[in-house]
Amino acid sequence: MTEMATLPSLAPLTVELLLAVGAMVLLMFGVFTGERSAPTITGIAVALLAVAVLMLAVMDNNGLTFDGAFIMDPFARFMKILTLIGSGVAIAMSVGYARAEKFERFEYPILIVLATLGMLMMISANDMISLYLGLELQSLALYVVAAIHRDSVRSTEAGLKYFVLGALASGILLYGISLVYGFTGQTGYDAIVAALAEGRSTGLVIGLVFVLAGLAFKISAVPFHMWTPDVYEGAPTPVTAFFAAAPKLAAMALIIRVVIGAFEPVTADWQQVIAFVAIASMVLGAFAAIGQTNIKRLMAYSSIGHMGFALVGLAAGSKVGIQGVMVYLVIYLAMTLGAFACILAMRRHDQMVEDIDALAGLSRTQPLVAFCLAAILFSLAGIPPLAGFFAKYYVFLAAIEKGLYVLAVIGVIASVVGAFYYLRIVKIMYFDEPDGEFDPMPMELSAVLGISGVFVIGFLVFAAPIIAAAGAAAASLF
Amino acid sequence: MYSAIVFLPLLGAIIAGAISLFTARPQNGVNGHDGNDDHHGDEHAEVAGSVRAAEWITSGFLIVTAILSWIAFFDVGYGTSEAFTVPVATWIHSGSFVADWALRIDTLTVVMLVVVTTVSAIVHVYSVGYMSHDPHRPRFFAYLSLFTFAMLMLVTANNLLQMFFGWEGVGLCSYLLIGFWFHRPSANAAAIKAFIVNRVGDFGFALGIFGVFFLFGSIGLDTIFANAEAIAGSEEATLHIFGRDYSAEAALTVVCLLLFLGAMGKSAQVPLHTWLPDAMEGPTPVSALIHAATMVTAGVFMVARLSPIFELSHTALLVVTIIGAMTAFLTATIGLVQNDIKRVIAYSTCSQLGYMFVALGLGAYSIAIFHLFTHAFFKALLFLGSGSVIHAVSDEQDMRKMGGLRRHIPITYALMVIGTISLIGFPLTAGFYSKDGIIEAAFVGHNAAAGFAFVLLVVAAVFTSFYSWRLIFMTFHGKPRATADVMEHVHESPQVMLVPLYVLAAGALFAGFVFFGVFMGEGYDAFWKDALFIGAENEILEEIHHVPAWVKAAPVVALALGFLVALWFYILSPATPKALAARHDGLYRFLLNKWYFDELYDVIFVNPAKALGRFLWKKGDGWLIDGFGPDGVSARVIDITNRVVKLQTGYVYHYAFAMLIGVAALVSWMMFAG
Repeated sequence: MTEMATLPSLAPLTVELLLAVGAMVLLMFGVFTGERSAPTITGIAVALLAVAVLMLAVMDNNGLTFDGAFIMDPFARFMKILTLIGSGVAIAMSVGYARAEKFERFEYPILIVLATLGMLMMISANDMISLYLGLELQSLALYVVAAIHRDSVRSTEAGLKYFVLGALASGILLYGISLVYGFTGQTGYDAIVAALAEGRSTGLVIGLVFVLAGLAFKISAVPFHMWTPDVYEGAPTPVTAFFAAAPKLAAMALIIRVVIGAFEPVTADWQQVIAFVAIASMVLGAFAAIGQTNIKRLMAYSSIGHMGFALVGLAAGSKVGIQGVMVYLVIYLAMTLGAFACILAMRRHDQMVEDIDALAGLSRTQPLVAFCLAAILFSLAGIPPLAGFFAKYYVFLAAIEKGLYVLAVIGVIASVVGAFYYLRIVKIMYFDEPDGEFDPMPMELSAVLGISGVFVIGFLVFAAPIIAAAGAAAASLF
Repeated sequence: MYSAIVFLPLLGAIIAGAISLFTARPQNGVNGHDGNDDHHGDEHAEVAGSVRAAEWITSGFLIVTAILSWIAFFDVGYGTSEAFTVPVATWIHSGSFVADWALRIDTLTVVMLVVVTTVSAIVHVYSVGYMSHDPHRPRFFAYLSLFTFAMLMLVTANNLLQMFFGWEGVGLCSYLLIGFWFHRPSANAAAIKAFIVNRVGDFGFALGIFGVFFLFGSIGLDTIFANAEAIAGSEEATLHIFGRDYSAEAALTVVCLLLFLGAMGKSAQVPLHTWLPDAMEGPTPVSALIHAATMVTAGVFMVARLSPIFELSHTALLVVTIIGAMTAFLTATIGLVQNDIKRVIAYSTCSQLGYMFVALGLGAYSIAIFHLFTHAFFKALLFLGSGSVIHAVSDEQDMRKMGGLRRHIPITYALMVIGTISLIGFPLTAGFYSKDGIIEAAFVGHNAAAGFAFVLLVVAAVFTSFYSWRLIFMTFHGKPRATADVMEHVHESPQVMLVPLYVLAAGALFAGFVFFGVFMGEGYDAFWKDALFIGAENEILEEIHHVPAWVKAAPVVALALGFLVALWFYILSPATPKALAARHDGLYRFLLNKWYFDELYDVIFVNPAKALGRFLWKKGDGWLIDGFGPDGVSARVIDITNRVVKLQTGYVYHYAFAMLIGVAALVSWMMFAG
C-alpha cells in the first residue's frame, strides 16, 4: 500500500451523480421492458429532474473538486436550477405530442436527462477539458434527439445537419483550446488567468476567438447560427421547445464562466468579439424573422435575436452586466416555454400546423390562450410593463454604464424592428377572420402557458427575489 | 326659472339623443315612407313609440320654455327690476382670467329669449308633421333642442367666452342640421361650406375676444361696459400689432372690427354670405329656425349687446353700416332671379339682416333688435309656409314647376301672403314698423355712409317687394306647371303643421303694432333700461320722428312699385321676364350666378387651398414623409429581410462556409484592428 489514490470529493457533484445514475437505471429499465414503458420513464425522468432542482435549492455543497476542474458556486446553482426547469418542462410538454403522434420512445426522456447532465457539467466546468467533456456529452445527446423521429425525413435531415455542423464547431473549439494551451501552457481557468498576468500574445487572442466561435455555435449566435432555423423547423416540436430553452441557458452560462473565469485579463479582446456577435445576432434575428411564415422558424430567429440581447449584458463585462444576462435568461426561459406550449397546442384534425396564419382569429376561438400568447409576444417584443421589457432594460443599462452606446442603440433599433413580427402575430390572432378551430389544449400545456403568462404579466411582483438571487450569483464570479 | 329656460332644451336634447342612439336601426331606407307599419308588428310599434316620445318630450319642453320666456319678457321688460345675473357654475379661473357660467338677464336677453324659444317651440311642433316620413326623427329633434340650448347660452352669456361657447355650439348644430340628410352629397358640401365660412368669422371673433382681454383685462361684460369709456379716453391703452402702435380709439376700432367679422360670418353679411343660401339643403324647419329667425341674427345680437364699445368707435360703425347696406342691396338683386323657393327666401334673409346691420351702424340698436324681433315671425312664417308648399308638391322646390296651387292649398296660400306683406312692410303689419324705422334712421343718420345706405335700402325695398310677389305669383297663381301626377297628390298640410303657422301669422301681423311703442317709441327707456348703450350725442331715435313726409312714404311707394312690376311680369304678361332676361343676358346671368361670388372664392381661396392640400398630401406627406419615413423604412426592412432569408439556403456546406468566414473575419479583425 504505497500511494493510495485519493478519491476526489464528490459532494459538489451530488446532483450530477444523481442524474447519471438515474439515467442508467432508466435505460436498463427501458431496455428490459420495451416501448410500453415510455410513459413511466417519462414520468420518472421529470421526477428525477424535479428532485435535482430541490436538491440544488436546499443543499450547501459549494466547492472545487477534481483538481479544480469542477466548481460548484452560487452562479452554477442558479444556472443549473434554470436549466433543470427548462429540461423538465420540455419533457413534460412532450407527453401529449408523443401520444398523439405515436412517438412514444423511452429513449427520449433518457437522452434529455443525459443532455441535461452534460449541461450541468458545462455550467460547472472550470477547466478546458471538463468544458469539452460536458459540451460533448450534451451535444451528442442533442444530435440524437434532433433525429429521434427516425421515419421523418425532415427530422433526420435536421439531426444530420446539426451533427455535421456541431462537429465542425467542436473542431473549431478544440483548435482554440489547443492554441490557448499552446500559448499559456494551461487548461485550468485559474491557471490561464495566472499565465495571462504576464501579458497576452497574438496566438492566444486567435485561440480565444476560436474558443468563442465554437461556443457561439451552441447559443446559435450569428454567424454561427445557420443550423438553428433548419433544425428548429425539422426537429419534432417538443424537441424544438427543448432546444430553445435548456441548452441555450447552459451554453450561455458556459460562455460567461469562460470569459470571466479564464480570460478576465484580456477582457478588452473578448469584449469586441462578444459585441460583434451580439450586434450581428440582434440585427439578423430581427430582420430575418420578418420573412418567416413557419412559426418554428420564426421562434428560431427569435431565439437568435434574444441570445444577441443577452450577449449585450455580457459584453459589458461587469457584475451588473452578468446579473442582467441572468435575469434575461430567466425571463427568456419563461417566455420561450410559454410560446412553445402554444405552438405545441396548434393541432387541427390531429395534425400539427406550423403556419403562422393558422393562428388567425384565435382570440375568438380560444380567447384565454390568445390572451396569454399575446402577453408573451408583447413581452418578447419588450413592451413594458411585461417581463421582456425588464430583461432588455437590465442588459442595456449595463451596456450604457460601461459606455457601450453603439451597442445599446443598435440593440434598441433591433428590438423595434423585431417588435414587428411579434405584433404581427397578435394582429393575426385578434383581427383576422378565424379559419377553423384548434383541438382542445392538453392540460400540461395549459398549465405551462398559464404559469408563463402569469410570470410574464406579473413579473414586477416576482422581480425582487429573482434579481437579488441573480445579483448574488453574478457576484460569485468576481 | 331662467335656468329652466336655458337647460330644459338641453335635457330634451339628451333624452332625444339617447332615444336616437338606442333605437338606431335601419328602417325602410333613409327616406322611406312608413306606410307599412303593420308589416313589422310589435318591434316597429315599439320603435315608433320611442320616436314619438322623443318628439313630444323635446316639443313639450320647448313649449314650457317658451311660456316661461314670455313670462320673463313681461317681468323684465315691463317690470322695474334692474338687470341681474343668475350664477350657474364656476368655469375657468386662471391668473387674472376669470370666466364663469352665468345667465345675464336684461331686456335684450329676454327679447332674444322670446324670439328663440317661441320660434323654436313652433318649429318643433311643426317638425312633428313635416318630418313624419323621416326615420331619423329622434336625432333631428335632439339636434334641434341642442341648437336651442346653444342659442340660449349665447344670448344669456355674461362674458365673451360663454358667448363664444354658444356661438360655436349653434355653429355646430347648424352644421349637423344642414347635413342632416348626410347621404346627399350636396347637403354634406353645404354643411361643410357653412362651417368653413363661419370659421373665417369665428377667427375674427376669437381675435376680438383676445383683444378685449388685452385692453380690459377681463372678458366679463360688466367690466367691459363699466370701463369702455375710460379706456377710450385714456392715453395708455394701446395695442401693438405688427410693430405699429395704435391709440386707444384705434385699438377699440380694431377690436370692434374683429368682433364684427365674427358677426358677419354668423349673420351672412357680404362677403361671407355665400354659405346661407346653400344651407337651404337642410330640412325646411331648420331653415326657419336657424337660418332665418335665430342663429343668423346672432351677429346682430352680438353687436347690440356690445353696443357700449361699438358706440365708441365711429369707424367701426361706419363699416357696419356700409357692409349692411351692401348686403341688403346685393342679396336682394340676387333674390330677383332665383327659382328655388327656399333660396329666394334665403336671399331675402341675407337682405333683411343687412337692414338690421344698417340700423346698428347708425346707432339705432333698438330698431335693429325690433326688426330682428318682427323678422323672426314673418320669415319663419315664410319658411314654414314654403315648407308646407314643398310638402304639398312632393318635395319639389323649383318654382318653375309649381303654379296654380292657390286653390289646392288655400290656407298655406293665405299664410304665405301674410308673411309676404309683413316682409315687404305693408302698412300696419309687423315688418312695416321696423323696416320703416330703419329706412328713416338711414335718412337722418349722421354717419358718412347714411345717405348711401338710405338709397340702397329703398332700392332694396323695391326688390324685396318684387321677389316676394314673384314668389307668390309663380307658386300659387297661373297655370299648374307640375306633372299631373304631382298635382293629384297636392294636399293641405295637417293641423300639426298649420297651427304653428297661425301663431306665426298672428306675430307677423300684430307684433309690430303691439311692441312698436316699447321697442322704439315712447316706452323706450322704461323698456330697455340700460340694456343698450347709446352715446351722448346719439339722438337718432328722436330724429326719426321728424323726417319729411316723402321719406315716410318712400317704403310704401317702393313696395307698391315692386308689387306692380311683379304683377305685370308674372300675371298680366308672362312673356316679359323671358324677353327681358334674353335682352339683358349678361346681367341676368350675373344675378342668376349670384354675382359670381362662389366662383370668385373658388378661384381665390378654394382651388389654391385644395392645390396646396394636394401638394402637401401627395408630395409632402406621401412622397417626402412617408417615402423617407415609415414606408421607406419598412420597404428597406423588407429588402434586408429578403436578402437575409436568401442566405438560408439549406445546404450544409453553405452553413459551414459561413461559420468559417465568421471565424476568419473575427480573427482578422482582432489581428489588425485589436
